Amino acid sequence: MSKVRRTMLFIPGDNPGMLLNGGVLGADSIIFDLEDAVSLTEKDSARILVRNALKNLDYGKTEVIVRINALNTDFWKKDLDQIIPALPEVIMPPKIEKAEEIVEICEYISKIEKDMGIEDKTIKIIPIIETSLGIENSFQIGQASPRLEALFLGAEDLTANIGAKRTKSGDEIFYSRSRIVIAAKASEIQAIDTPYTDIDDEEGLKKDAQFAKDMGFDGKASISPRHVETINKVFTPSEEEIEFAKEVIEAINRAEEEGRGVISMKGQMIDAPIVNRANHVLEIYKSVMGGSINE
Amino acid sequence: MKIQGTAIAGTLESNDVLITLSPSSNNKVEIDLNSIVKKQFGDRIEEIVREMLEEFNIEEGNIKIQDMGALDCTIKARIETAILRLKEGK
Repeated sequence: MSKVRRTMLFIPGDNPGMLLNGGVLGADSIIFDLEDAVSLTEKDSARILVRNALKNLDYGKTEVIVRINALNTDFWKKDLDQIIPALPEVIMPPKIEKAEEIVEICEYISKIEKDMGIEDKTIKIIPIIETSLGIENSFQIGQASPRLEALFLGAEDLTANIGAKRTKSGDEIFYSRSRIVIAAKASEIQAIDTPYTDIDDEEGLKKDAQFAKDMGFDGKASISPRHVETINKVFTPSEEEIEFAKEVIEAINRAEEEGRGVISMKGQMIDAPIVNRANHVLEIYKSVMGGSINE
Repeated sequence: MKIQGTAIAGTLESNDVLITLSPSSNNKVEIDLNSIVKKQFGDRIEEIVREMLEEFNIEEGNIKIQDMGALDCTIKARIETAILRLKEGK
């Protein structure tokens, strides 16, 4: 099973205090940001600071991702030169529009991995799709490399790019959300939803995260540590979902023992998609709880 | 290498450190340390500064450190950045 990524929390790459605390904020993944959160005059200091944090601090089970600068800047290769030897788990390139850009980044990462004696394809990639062209090419992007772990929707830049008004209801990004989920799942990778940007609107966040989950997203980004708990809760299976999943698996196991092919439970036909969903729910639960599903 | 010109890196935010490199007035390394944890960690911070200066072959210059409780890796990052900025003339 892929790593569970219910929450991805952005942390400014030039803030030592937040880099220090990244592993204890409850997010499944933390994104050290070298792009938008860092001013042009501090790009050099942020990449050295993030590199040292990666080399010296222990983030435990929290996945560490580094968002590098875009390919149309002079910074992205310098970012990778410093960051790859410090072994982040994932590199997040922004504003990806074409599969060829993923190939270009992968070739550069492969070269550094080889030079440093790091096993090939150790570093994974989660691209941010945040332009109209990127959305249209999302399936090709999802297929571009075995390093890809997920597609990440960035709605703020996207809505600016298409001239849409960014709203709390998210109607303007419904099509883009759909495209990202389908492209990711067709590529057998995860889909990560855009952050909810109103830090003080807890109810709005909950609704937005639930909507993303119901659409098929595997997790949601956050720009505030205050959002982590709510997002985690939404993307963690509920007690009802866990109980139902356990019953499905027990029914399947019983039917196999009894040699029955067709299974029904409480009047509902249990077929392959329901079994797959039950397994998925239990795997997430097991991963989140860090133990057996029967514990 | 002598420090010629001035370079700055870091901030005065909590957990950070502000490093200022400038020419020395007496042809040697001068360390001017001001830290909220000087009593407990002053010697260690000075040791880190000297290690970094040696790594970058700096034999002469003034290094002002205004520490706000930065970790070793943060102090090293800020010194490295300041030295690179000095070399690039930023």
